[in-house]
Amino acid sequence: MTDTGAARPLAFRQRQTTEEILEPSPWSKLRRRILGNHSFLIGAVILAAVFAVAILAPLLAPHDPYDQDLAKRLTNPFWHEKKVDPEHILGTDKVGRDYLSRLIYGSQISLLIGFSTMLISGVIGTVLGVTAGYFGGRVDMVVNFIINTRLAMPVFLVAMAAVVAFGASLTVVILVLGLFLWDRFAVVMRSITMQARDLDYVKAARAIGCSTPYIIVREIFPNVLSSLTVVATVEMANAILLEAALSFLGFGVQAPTPSWGLMLNEGREYMFFSPWLLALPGVCLFMLVLAINLFGDGLRDVTLERER
Amino acid sequence: MPAYTLKRTFVAFLILIVVSGLTFSLSHLSADPALTIGGEQASEEDIQAIRKLYGFDRPIYIQYFDWLGRALAGDFGESYHYKQRVFDMVSERIGRTMLLGTLAILFALVVSIPLGTLAAMRPNSIIDRIALFIAVLGQALPTFWFALMMIIVFGVWWRWLPISGHTQWANYVMPTIALGYYATPALMRLTRAGMIEVLASDYIRTARAKGLSPASVLFKHALRNAIIPVVALAAVWFGFMLGGSIVIETIFNLKGIGWLSYDALLRSDLPVVQAIVLVFASFYVVLTLLADLLNAYLDPRISVR
Repeated sequence: MTDTGAARPLAFRQRQTTEEILEPSPWSKLRRRILGNHSFLIGAVILAAVFAVAILAPLLAPHDPYDQDLAKRLTNPFWHEKKVDPEHILGTDKVGRDYLSRLIYGSQISLLIGFSTMLISGVIGTVLGVTAGYFGGRVDMVVNFIINTRLAMPVFLVAMAAVVAFGASLTVVILVLGLFLWDRFAVVMRSITMQARDLDYVKAARAIGCSTPYIIVREIFPNVLSSLTVVATVEMANAILLEAALSFLGFGVQAPTPSWGLMLNEGREYMFFSPWLLALPGVCLFMLVLAINLFGDGLRDVTLERER
Repeated sequence: MPAYTLKRTFVAFLILIVVSGLTFSLSHLSADPALTIGGEQASEEDIQAIRKLYGFDRPIYIQYFDWLGRALAGDFGESYHYKQRVFDMVSERIGRTMLLGTLAILFALVVSIPLGTLAAMRPNSIIDRIALFIAVLGQALPTFWFALMMIIVFGVWWRWLPISGHTQWANYVMPTIALGYYATPALMRLTRAGMIEVLASDYIRTARAKGLSPASVLFKHALRNAIIPVVALAAVWFGFMLGGSIVIETIFNLKGIGWLSYDALLRSDLPVVQAIVLVFASFYVVLTLLADLLNAYLDPRISVR
């Protein structure tokens, strides 16, 4: 096809150019929406910063997060007057490990948990949801039953039991959370696929004899993609919070891994005299989850407006 | 409607059987319960004898159906560690968890409904923005960390409230807030969205045109309709909250069944864990069943679908 502007009638070309002048390109519209969306911007900036810290941890951390120095146990952070060690800006924990370094490395654990869990649960939930939504009928009934069964399980308790059963480690926590947190993916994907199934171009694809896998991947999937990313951010935040809570109770990542949840567990006995041991990891968790939520909310607004 | 009720109840039962079956196999896959019961000094013969006595040598599905049969009759076995009837251990503590859950959901409703209504009355106003801000912050705050911070501030520094126990009403203040605020953002957003929709509807315009007072329009006409889905969601959240009570009860040493499940897991006390999973799952299933049936009653089209 050699469909260049020159081959078209003049009037058409003119109309097109005026349209181009009046209407900004889709990309610049998207850019404007992104820049106009504060929560998206704030979330993205904090998230990018946490990513940078996690990747550059070996360069940023002033000390090895595992290095113990019993002579310098529980030194105070810089804002205190007494017992401050200039080498450790945020002080040290109960075995003299540099708190700042552990906080920095903790971001790796949280992001790793968040991403891996999100990927595992995303695949399970999307497959279940899209299958149920596309085929409907008995398939839908079965998937619905699986979803309801999953929802009836007290996640936290069963996750703790699973960790007891298979031994506490980073891998087990990721697998357990991944196998549990797919419900929202399935529910959302199912309802969107149901709507997409009846769109005209999907019917058309079926009418001209496209195969079912082709229709699902090429016609249905692009429709669910924006909701998928929004659910993915929610579940990522959820996984990070659950890991922290599990590790806090001692049913998650094990010592000496620098997990924020585990640091809260270890700091608990010093709650009275060194409250920052509890405050700091929590602030990190809060900021990360806040950033992911803001990013997700913003993403929803930006993509939904595009669909409008 | 009767057919629908029957079908939904049957499905609810089936869900409970699958959930308890999964938990049963999960916990029996893990540690050998005979070792837990025998303790460290048990000899190999002792372990074998315990296996025979408790029936651990039988296939797992037979053990499960055996357990299920007794559980349906209210017999959840005996705790490996405390040598007490599990039924008594759970029923002794379940009231505290229920009280905590109820207080928490009430707290969430008392905060979220007025805030959501105010926000909906003037979208994009300062109040709306503040409400949204609270919701966004609340969603990101880790429950257990929030609880710890409250303990430090109100329990340790200011000494206003007791930091552990369950004997006086003051023991429930911090756990209620810690557990309840987590449901607030979702409930508030739903109230706001519902109110905005209802306030724009025709019958509200009619009510206003009739010259009814703004308060009467708001409370008698608008809120009454917008609140139905909020209450339905609150019922579901109540089920989730019982699960969330594990961390909160452990932190505040409030000895309900959430605390009991933590304690039992530490000791690999399987009968207790299984019973509590079943209790939590039953609560969730019953609450959603009731919500579904209520919806079907209000909207008869659902039961035909």
